[in-house]
Amino acid sequence: MVHFTAEEKAIITTLWSKVNVEEEGGEALGRLLVVYPWTQRFFDTFGNLSSASAIMGNPKVKAHGKKVLTSFGDAVKNLDDLKGTFGHLSELHCDKLHVDPENFRLLGNILVVVLAKHFGKEFTPKVQAAWQKMTMSVASALASKYH
Amino acid sequence: MVLSPNDKANVKAVWDKAGGNIGAFGGEALDRMFLGFPTTKTYFSHFDLTPGSKDIQAQGKKVADALTLAVNHLDDLPGALSKLSDLHAHKLRVDPVNFKFLSHSLLVTLSSHLGNDFTPSFHASLDKFFSNVSTVLTSKYR
Repeated sequence: MVHFTAEEKAIITTLWSKVNVEEEGGEALGRLLVVYPWTQRFFDTFGNLSSASAIMGNPKVKAHGKKVLTSFGDAVKNLDDLKGTFGHLSELHCDKLHVDPENFRLLGNILVVVLAKHFGKEFTPKVQAAWQKMTMSVASALASKYH
Repeated sequence: MVLSPNDKANVKAVWDKAGGNIGAFGGEALDRMFLGFPTTKTYFSHFDLTPGSKDIQAQGKKVADALTLAVNHLDDLPGALSKLSDLHAHKLRVDPVNFKFLSHSLLVTLSSHLGNDFTPSFHASLDKFFSNVSTVLTSKYR
């Protein structure tokens, strides 16, 4: 089980309190689909994904991005039990959605880039390190029920 | 994953935006990598790994200069990076997984400094560019 130090938890929750979940969720999912176009394979029903601007402006992408990042909020509140928190979502992503867990790692790193863009200098190497641990742990938790 | 003419233009545009800061960005990317992915430190036991150390800054400048060379030879990365490729294959032997950690750290550095100028399209092209450089640098491993 991953252990977050008190300092890491403070870093994570402090930054999280300033995140605009709707905006940054949409941005993160959008960038995932732009930077790693093969991830579009899961979103055939999303309509126009034909260009970077189409993707970033797509209302379904924004809505889904918000949903995904809202879920990250649950992680922030439950850093001591990510596996428990995401058990059900893990089963869903394996059994119903058939998503390769590598995609969770890709999205995690995209989120880190988006946070860096948004927070600039405040997103120091130390802050980034706490968030790398966070996103990697969420990815692991989401993969934990795969079979 | 080949660099399109658009990718090449994007890479050059980002490099222009970074301007004279590229050397410092190299150092910052290493700081970020050592903190975010501690296993990468195993290749630098001879360094002072305190964040921002002279060793790290010097290495960061080396990395940045090599990347700038690559940016100026986007049509022939294998040719331009041949010596570095030999070095990584025969002397340094850095496990290929680590190139992704440095590439990601470079993207985060650029993103944090360029903000909204680091558009999704630029992000995509830079990711491809770093991926191509990594492939070239590991191309002679076996």
